Amino acid sequence: MRAQLALLPLYLTAHLQLTLCALLVGVAISVPLGVLATRIRRFEAPVMAIANITQTIPALALLAVMVPLLAAIGLKSIGFLPAFIGLVLYSMLPILRNTISGLDSLDDSLLEAARGVGMTAAQQLRLVELPLAMPIIVAGVRTAAVWTVGMATLSTPVGAPSLGNYIFSGLQTRNFSAVLLGCVAASALALLLDGLVRTLERAIRERRRNGVVGILLIFAALYVYTGITLARGWSAESTNRVVVGAKSFTEQYILSAILARQIEAETGVATELVSSLGSTVAFDALRTNQIEVYVEYSGTIWATIMKRDTRGAEREQVLREVASYLDQTMGVELVAKLGFENAYALAMRNADGDRLGVRRISDVVSFAPRLAMGGDYEFFARAEWEQVREVYGLEFRELRSMDPALMYQAAGNGTVDVIGAFSTDGRIKAYDLRVLEDDRHAIPPYDAIILAGAQLRTAQPQVIAALRQLAGRISAEEMRRMNQQVDQEGADPDTVARDFIGRVQ
Amino acid sequence: MIELLHLTKSYGATVVVADVCLAVEAGELLVLLGESGSGKTTALKMINRLIEPTSGSVRLDGEDVRVIPAYQLRRRIGYVFQRIGLFPHMTVAENIAITPSLLGWDSQRTWTRVDELLATVELDASAVKDRFPSELSGGQQQRVGVARALAAEPQVLLLDEPFGALDPLTRDKLQQSVVRIRSAQRLTAIFVTHDMVEALMLADRIAVMRAGRLVQIGTPHELLTAPADDYVAQLMGTPRRQAEVVDRLLARDGA
Repeated sequence: MRAQLALLPLYLTAHLQLTLCALLVGVAISVPLGVLATRIRRFEAPVMAIANITQTIPALALLAVMVPLLAAIGLKSIGFLPAFIGLVLYSMLPILRNTISGLDSLDDSLLEAARGVGMTAAQQLRLVELPLAMPIIVAGVRTAAVWTVGMATLSTPVGAPSLGNYIFSGLQTRNFSAVLLGCVAASALALLLDGLVRTLERAIRERRRNGVVGILLIFAALYVYTGITLARGWSAESTNRVVVGAKSFTEQYILSAILARQIEAETGVATELVSSLGSTVAFDALRTNQIEVYVEYSGTIWATIMKRDTRGAEREQVLREVASYLDQTMGVELVAKLGFENAYALAMRNADGDRLGVRRISDVVSFAPRLAMGGDYEFFARAEWEQVREVYGLEFRELRSMDPALMYQAAGNGTVDVIGAFSTDGRIKAYDLRVLEDDRHAIPPYDAIILAGAQLRTAQPQVIAALRQLAGRISAEEMRRMNQQVDQEGADPDTVARDFIGRVQ
Repeated sequence: MIELLHLTKSYGATVVVADVCLAVEAGELLVLLGESGSGKTTALKMINRLIEPTSGSVRLDGEDVRVIPAYQLRRRIGYVFQRIGLFPHMTVAENIAITPSLLGWDSQRTWTRVDELLATVELDASAVKDRFPSELSGGQQQRVGVARALAAEPQVLLLDEPFGALDPLTRDKLQQSVVRIRSAQRLTAIFVTHDMVEALMLADRIAVMRAGRLVQIGTPHELLTAPADDYVAQLMGTPRRQAEVVDRLLARDGA
C-alpha cells in the first residue's frame, strides 16, 4: 500500500493534466461552435449531431480508436495525445448543448435593447448575450468536468498515465486496495472540480464579482501547475531515457520491471515505464519508436502480425522467421528469448476433466455444445482461436469475453466451463484447473521474446547488450512463481523484479 | 426634424404600416396614438431601424437614415423601451453608461454624465448607482431607462409606450418628468401610447393611427374640435366622458 501511495502524486498530476487540458480546449472549441450554431442556424443540426454521435461511442473505444488514427497521420499515437483528443471530444457535448440553450433562452426584449442602444452584433454577443448565458454555459462545463475526470481513468490503455493505472493494474494483479485507491482519488478529484465550478456558477448567477475572480484565480493556479509539470515532463522526455512498454497483465508488469531494472543496473541509463497497453497498441508503439523495448510472444507476431497459419508451426522455425520478418520489414530486433513459453491454452476444472474424462482438446469436442467458454477481450477475435475452432470443430454453447483477471475465477466457480488461459498463469493451479493438451497442434508456440525498436538499436547498442544478458534466464517455473507472488501473495511487481535481478547477478 | 415618407411595412400579405407620411419639427413632441395593432410601434421602430421598412423612407434632418450603419444611427437616437430592457447583469450606472462607452467617451466624462442624468430623472445617485436593476421598483427602473436613452446627448428621443406597465401615480410622476426634461433640453421626440390622457398631457401634436394608416395629425385642440372622422371623434370623446363622470361625482358629494 505504501508503494501504491508513493505513486499518487505522479498519477494525480497526470490525471489533472489530462483533465484540465481537455477541458480548456473543449471550452475553447465548444463555446465558439455553440455561438456559431446560434448565429447560422443551419450549422446547429450537423454540429449537434456530431457531438451526440461522439457521445454514444463507448469511452474506452473512443480513446482506443485515436491510436490507429493518430498513427495513420504520423503523429505520436501513444500517451498524452490520444487520451487528450478523446477527452476533448467527449467534453464537447455538454458545453456545446448548454452554450446553445443558454443563448437561446435570452429574453427578446434584452436583445432588442442591445441593438437599440447602438451595439454591433459582436458587441451584443460580448456585452450582453455571453454574460447572460454564462451561468448555463458554466453549468455545461461542470458536467463536462465530472465526465472528463471519470473518463480520464480510461487513458491508461493508450499509454497515458492516470489514476486509471491503479484500477487497471490493480484489477490484473488482484491488488484491490490499489483499485479502491484509484476510484477514491478519481471521485475526490471529480468532487473537487465539481465544487469549484459550481461555486463559480453561483457567483456568476448572484453577480458576486469577488467570488468569480477568486474561483478563476484558483483555476489559474491549477493551470499554472499543470503547465509547469507538463513542460517539465516534455523537457525530460528529450533527455536520454529508454521507454519500456508493458501489456495489461501481471506477467507483463513483472517483465517490464525486470527489463527496466536490468537496463539501469547494467548501463546506468534511466528508464520510463508505459504500462497496461493494449496488445496491438504495444506493438504499434514499438514500431513507431514510441516505446523502445517490451516483451512479446513469438506466436502472437506469427499469427496476428504476420498472419501465418498456426497449424503445426514448429518452435524454432517460428522464432527464426519472426526474427527475420521483424528485422527486414520494420527494423525491429528480436534481442533474446527469455527461456519460457506463455502459450494460449484451453483449461477446465480438474473435477470436470476427471468426471468427463477430458485430457486433450479432442476430448472436449463432443461435450462442447453443452459448455460455456470464457476468454479475455481479444481471445475470440484472434487468429489462434479461429484455427483451434476449425481444426477441432469446436462449437461451444456460448462464448463469453471477460477481464483476464476475472476469467480464472469464473472457471474456478463454474460460471464458465472452459477458458482460454495463459499457460504460465499461477491461477491455473490456484483454482485447480487443468491445461488441455493441444493434440492436433492448432496453437503456435509462444516463446517470450524481448523486442527492441529500430531507434534504440542504432542509438544505444549498450542497452541491447544489457538486455541480451537476460537470454534464457527465466524458466516457465520461475515465471509462474513470480506471477503467483504478485497475483496470490500481493507482492508488488517492481519488488518481484528487483528480487529477480538480485538473484541472477 | 424627422420625416416619414410613404413609410410601409408588410409581412407577407399583412400590411402593418401603410404609406405613412408625416414630419416632426425640431424640438416638437409628437404622440403616435392608436390601439394595439394599429402599427404605431412598428412605425416608431423603423425610425431607428430596429425594423427595416418594406418601402418608403425615413429622413433625419434631411438625411436618409439608411446612409449610415444602423448601430451608428441608434447611438444618435435615444430609445425608451416598452419592456424597459435594462441589462440585468449590469449596475444602474453601467446601464446608463452603455451608449457613451460604445461611442468611446472617456470615463471622467461618462461618469459625470451618469450622475447628472440620475439627478435629471430624480433618482438618488449614491443610493442606486451601484445597484442592479432587479433591486429597483418598476418606476425607478423606467427612470433609469429614460436616463439611458438620454445618456449620449441625442437630439432625438423615441419612447415606445414607456409607462404602460406602471401604476397610475408612478406614471403621472414620470409623465411630469418627461415634460420637464424636454422643455429643458429642447428634444425632438416621438412618444407612442394608446392612452388618450397621456397623449393630451404631453403632445405638441398628435398623430392618430388605425390599421396601419395615419388617420389624422394635428394639435390636441384641432383633434378635439375638428376630428377627421367618427373614429377620431370617439377617441377624443373618451377623456371628456371620463371627466364628466368625475365632475358628476364631485357635484353629488358637494351637494
